[in-house]
Parts: sequence; structure tokens; C-alpha cells
Amino acid sequence: MSEVTEYKKILPEELYRKLDSFVEDLGIDSKDPRKKGYLIQVLHKAQSLFGYLPEEVQKFVARKLGVCHSEVSGVISFYNFFTTLPKGKVNISICMGTACFVRGSEKVLKEFENFLHIKSGGVTSDGKFSLDVLRCVGACGLAPVVMVGDRVYGNVNPKMVGDIMTDCIKLANSMEENK
Amino acid sequence: MAKVIINDIPVEALNDASILDAAKEVDIFIPTLCHLDLESFNIEHRTGSCRVCMVEVELGGRSKMMPACCTPVQDGMKIKTNTPEIIQIRRTVLELLLSDHPFDCLICAKSLDCELQALARQFGIDHLTYTGERSSYPRDTSSNAINRDLDKCIMCRRCETACNEIQTVKVLTGYKRGFMAVVAPPEMKPLNDTNCVFCGQCVNVCPTGALTEINYINPVWKAINDPTKKVIVQTAPAVRVGIGEEFNIPENESATGKLVAGLRRLGFDAVFDTDFSADLTIMEEGHELINRINKNENLPILTSCCPGWVNFMEYQFPDLLHIPSTCKSPQQMFGAIAKSYYAEKIGVSPKDLIVVSIMPCLAKKYEAAKPEFINNGVPDVDYVLSTRELAKMFKEAGINIAKLKDEDYDNPLGESTGAGVIFGASGGVLEAALRTVSEVISKTELKDVNFVEVRGLEGIKEATVKIGELDVKVAVTSGLGNARKILEKIRSGEAKYHAIEIMACPGGCINGGGQPYIHGDTTKLERRMKMIYTEDERKVIRKSHDNPYIQKLYKEFLGEPGSKKSHELLHTHYHKKREK
Ligand code: SF4
Ligand code: SF4
Ligand code: SF4
Ligand code: FES
Repeated sequence: MSEVTEYKKILPEELYRKLDSFVEDLGIDSKDPRKKGYLIQVLHKAQSLFGYLPEEVQKFVARKLGVCHSEVSGVISFYNFFTTLPKGKVNISICMGTACFVRGSEKVLKEFENFLHIKSGGVTSDGKFSLDVLRCVGACGLAPVVMVGDRVYGNVNPKMVGDIMTDCIKLANSMEENK
Repeated sequence: MAKVIINDIPVEALNDASILDAAKEVDIFIPTLCHLDLESFNIEHRTGSCRVCMVEVELGGRSKMMPACCTPVQDGMKIKTNTPEIIQIRRTVLELLLSDHPFDCLICAKSLDCELQALARQFGIDHLTYTGERSSYPRDTSSNAINRDLDKCIMCRRCETACNEIQTVKVLTGYKRGFMAVVAPPEMKPLNDTNCVFCGQCVNVCPTGALTEINYINPVWKAINDPTKKVIVQTAPAVRVGIGEEFNIPENESATGKLVAGLRRLGFDAVFDTDFSADLTIMEEGHELINRINKNENLPILTSCCPGWVNFMEYQFPDLLHIPSTCKSPQQMFGAIAKSYYAEKIGVSPKDLIVVSIMPCLAKKYEAAKPEFINNGVPDVDYVLSTRELAKMFKEAGINIAKLKDEDYDNPLGESTGAGVIFGASGGVLEAALRTVSEVISKTELKDVNFVEVRGLEGIKEATVKIGELDVKVAVTSGLGNARKILEKIRSGEAKYHAIEIMACPGGCINGGGQPYIHGDTTKLERRMKMIYTEDERKVIRKSHDNPYIQKLYKEFLGEPGSKKSHELLHTHYHKKREK
């Protein structure tokens, strides 16, 4: 378990233990030339545990699988699904599928970016809100679509962003109180 | 064997040959960009990413466009390499590459040495067909060795092969995808925050100006023209066999005397030779080796002349830090002696003496700036220029060294032996050490000073040399991937040697990260290596301990090899470096 402590910086030890035993259970042979094939699976697990894949987690995974850090980083950067930044308490997703896109979701995204002063993929400095884009969510009839948690807003135009944000702020505050 | 027809010419090619290889057999030239074949090292990079090498392939009645560099020949293929359609496809591919490329040619460090520029010229591209968004990244000048300008990256990924496969340092990766993609360290970190050892092999293979050296030409001009400073220069062994390529000096002609004459014309107050301090290295390192052999402890000794390799060891083999020689590299030994012995001799304060190094190497830039080589704010070596930068300086100054008459190095730090000059090629340091150590141990004169077993471009060479009663087992490796193989065997106890020479660059410093670009033509390295041994043969004195100026240095100043003073000035220590 020495590696667990070596790379631990800020994230909970408990989660590293879980990830460690997940990898152990895969029973990967260190000489297996295909062991890289497990990389995506392990990163999936890691992201579900930590919520995101910062450098300390990447290095842990690299060490654990005997691949180099640059390779792990390359794979993470290639797949949209993986993120190296923590999500905000409230995550706002704008659909960029074809239907939403042609009905102006880009303008909606711009408006959110201006409102929050972050770019898509970013998190506000207080950690409350994050913004990202999705591919088609299967609600094309409502295009453009914005999702906040499991709540869906349909037929969104840039003028509605203020109202949606009011909901988001309420949601963030209530999460704060429930703590 | 596969029988194919290329442009109506029948060709028989090996089954695993590519169309590109087969075409070469009959002198048909297919343009390439991402592809790189380092033949002397058996390394071929074929990502097939650029598509500049497209050809038309007809097989079984169907015809298709295929990339020649990564399509293997098949019996019966009919290949066309230069139809108007193919030429148009290649031009379009180039135009698309150029659409996301800055038009910096006039102010680019790589201009006239750039493979993309050469292709644009070859295809007569004289205007922009496609315009649109261009990718833009901050320049990485975090290190004092390597300049990264990813706006000029064409995603050929040759640097990745150099770093990850050849050197096994593994700091580069394909990062992100599509338009956002770059080849960079993880998380786009600046190079200085990675395990990069600054060998510069990535720079050597980059076809464009995306990777170049950090340039110190201007501060050197300034120093030369500062009347309050005395400015001296040292030239590394491998520089003399590379610089001629920049001035079309005939292949088998020595450029050494012209190099010296040119440096004098630039205005250096004295022109000295790193070969001198290479001889000094042999005295100190030889002494260490003899001691360790006599006591039969702490073997093998590893050479420590190469800062790229020293860096690699500090990161990747921190458990073996007790075995390398404690000798500084010849560059640093030179600086230390210049700023003590020589400064005293000419009555100049060390702070008013500027030492400039001309090196085939980018790691030497990093080395010169290491805190352990700076005393009270005065560095042993002030500026390091690569062979390429020196060629630029000569050109700026209107000096064509090919036209100059040969001149000799100055004394006392310019006198050297054949043992000093062979430091420039893989195997040379060990051969030089053997010449001295065998005479010291056996107390008889060597009949033949040539230890040919350790010469050549192979990555790992081994030999057993009889010295007196003792069978001395030695190994020579170049390229860090090969070094890793040997070090792992030492770690596990599987391999037993007395001495091992390690150089970071494949083939040694003749192929250093600061040498003139070879664009994949490894026969140039073979020529450089041959010239190194020719220079050695031309020397009257070929053993370091016979160098009269080295003997004088010990008599007047250092005492004995391994003395207290030697240790103060000529030796160093290593640090464990944490993986970044
Ligand atoms: S200088 Fe050497 S170690 Fe550094 S990135 Fe380039 S090839 Fe890799
Ligand atoms: S930096 Fe140079 S060698 Fe590396 S991928 Fe880009 S163009 Fe190719
Ligand atoms: S082999 Fe020579 S050129 Fe290459 S890093 Fe080492 S010292 Fe520099
Ligand atoms: S040279 Fe063949 S694809 Fe680039």
C-alpha cells in the first residue's frame, strides 16, 4: 500500500483504498502486454469514486498499472467523458446535439458563460457551479435543452438564463443548508 | 519477395517492405513528412499521420489512394506515384497543414532547415487556399534548453517516438483530440516541470520549428563586445565534426582548424578546447576506476560526462547514485579550471572572465545553470551555444569558415590528445580511459592504443580487455533506452562489469541535440564518427596522461589526481530527484 500514501495529497485515503482493491480484483498480470486495455476501465472507476481525475489520481493509476503518466494523461484528455477538474455542487449542462445546436444552444451556452464568468468545462471559483456541454440527450422536441442535475429545461433561449440561474442559486444554497 | 510495378518499372521488394522502401530501390522519390527512418539505429517512425506520401495503388482491378510510408507491398500491386491527381492530393494535404500554421518563416529559428517549408516550396505553394481558425498556445520557454512553440506542431509525433521509445523518458504524449490536439507533456505542463532530461533528441527529429533550442547568441555577442570582460571559448569534441556540414566543407576534410580561426574572428580573447578537459576527466576518472578495481568495491563505475544521462539517472535510478564517477563533465571541469588556474595565471578576476561553451548538446545548457556549478554568483560556464547556434553566429558575422585557413587552439587550455577528441563518439570515453588505465596499472607502454571493440553506432557494446593479470569487463551504451536495459541488469545483479560508458544520445555526442539537423540521414552520423577517429589518428599524442599541459596543471596547481583540490574543483555529487 505504500503507493497509496506516496501520491496522496488532498483526496481521501479511503477512496484510494477502494480504487486499489478494485485494481487488485482485476487480477492483472504485470507481464500481460495487453494490460493497457484495463486503463479505461480503471479510470472509469476512479472517476466514479473521486468525481474527477486530478494529477494525483492519474499518477496513482499509472503506477498501479505500470504505464507511464503521460500515457494516462493522453487517454484522459482524448475522451470527453473524463474530466480533470472537479464539478461544481450544481452542474449545468447545455445540449449541443444537432437539434439543439441548430435551434441556438450555442447562444445559450455563451449567455451562461458570461453569467458565470467561466468557459464550458470550468467551475466557478467558489466551487458552486460548473458548466459543460452534452451530446444529444434525446429530448429533441424540447430543443434547446439545458439540464441542471436531473431537472430538464426545454425551449431555452438566452433570455431565460437569468431565471434558470435563480433556480440554480436556490439549489446550491439548499444543498449548503442540508449539510 | 513481392513483385510490384511502380510507375511502369518492375520492382522486387521484401515482403515487409513499405511502398516507400520499394520505390527507393528504383530511385523513385515520394515526398514524406511525418515518416522518419533512422536506419543506423534500426528505428522507423511510421504513424501515417500526415498523408503527404499518398500514392495510387491498383490491386485486383481496384485502385485506391494509400500512404506509401505505411502500406506494405503486396504481390501484383501496380503503383503510381506522380499522376496529376496524386500531386494535387499532396498539395491539398499541405495546404490544409498550412491553414493551421503560423507564417513565421522569416523569423523562425528553423527556417531553411524546416521540412514543412521545404515541401511547400517543392509543391510551389504560393498562396493560401484555406483560411480559418488557427490553434494557438503559449510558448514553453520554462527550461534553459528547449523552446517549444506548439503553434508550429504538425502532429507528426516523431518527438514522442524519440522521447518515449528511444529514450524511454516518456514525458510526451498525444494530448486532447481533433483541432485541440497537441503533442506535449501530461496536462500541457511546461517541460521544466517534468522528468525531461534535456537530451534534445525530440528537437533533433522535429520537422518544423515547434521544437528548437533556447538561443543564447545575443548575450554572447554582448559579452564579446564588453570591454570590461575577458571572453574565452571552449569547443566540445563533436562540434568540429558537425560544424562543417553548415558550411559545405567537403565530407572528409577536417573542419577543426577552420572552426578555431572562425572563433577568433568572432572576437573571442582565447580559443580553447574541451578536449583538454576531456583529458583531465580521464586523469580523474581513471584514478577513481583504478582505486575501485584495486579495492574491488563499488563496481561498475559509470561515466558521468553526459548531463542528459546524469539527469536520467537522478530521476529513474536514484538507488544507484553511488556507482557513477563523481567527476564533473569535461565542460564543467573546463569552466572550473578556467575560473581558478587560468584566471589566476592571466591576473583576471573570475567574475570578469566569461566562459562560453560550444556544445553539440542541449543538456549542457541545463547543466551549466545548475546551482552546484555556481560559486558566489559566478558560474563555471557562463553561456552554452549549440553547434547550430555557432553556425548562425558565423553567418550573422559574415564569416564563411570554409574559406578560412586553419589555425591552432591557444595554450594552455587548448592542447589535447587523441584520447580527448574521441569523447565525441559513443565508446570514446571508455577507450580513452582504457588507454590511460592500462598503462598505469600494467606499467608498460600500450602496443596498440586502438580499442576498436567499443567503437561504432550500436546501442550496446561489450568487451573484455586484459590489463596486466586482470580481465576488465566493460560495456558502452548510448541512447537512454539502452542505458535503461543495462542499468536494470546491474540493479538485479545479473550483469557484472568494471566500467560502463553511458551517453544519452544514440551514437554519442556526434548525434547530440545541438548538432546540425540530419533529417533522418544517419549516414551523416557515420561520417561524423569516422572523422572523430581520423582526428584521433592525426594527433601525435593519443593518451591523456601524456598531455604535457595536463602534467603541468597537476604539477603547478592540482597536485595529484584525486587530490583535495581536484575534489573541490573537478568532482560533484548527485541528488535523488522525485518523479514529477
Ligand atoms: S529533451 Fe529528451 S527527455 Fe526531454 S522531452 Fe525531448 S526527448 Fe524527452
Ligand atoms: S513537436 Fe515537432 S516532432 Fe513533435 S509532433 Fe509536433 S511537429 Fe512533430
Ligand atoms: S550524449 Fe553528448 S550531446 Fe547527448 S546529452 Fe549526453 S553529453 Fe549531451
Ligand atoms: S509520410 Fe506517410 S503519412 Fe506522413
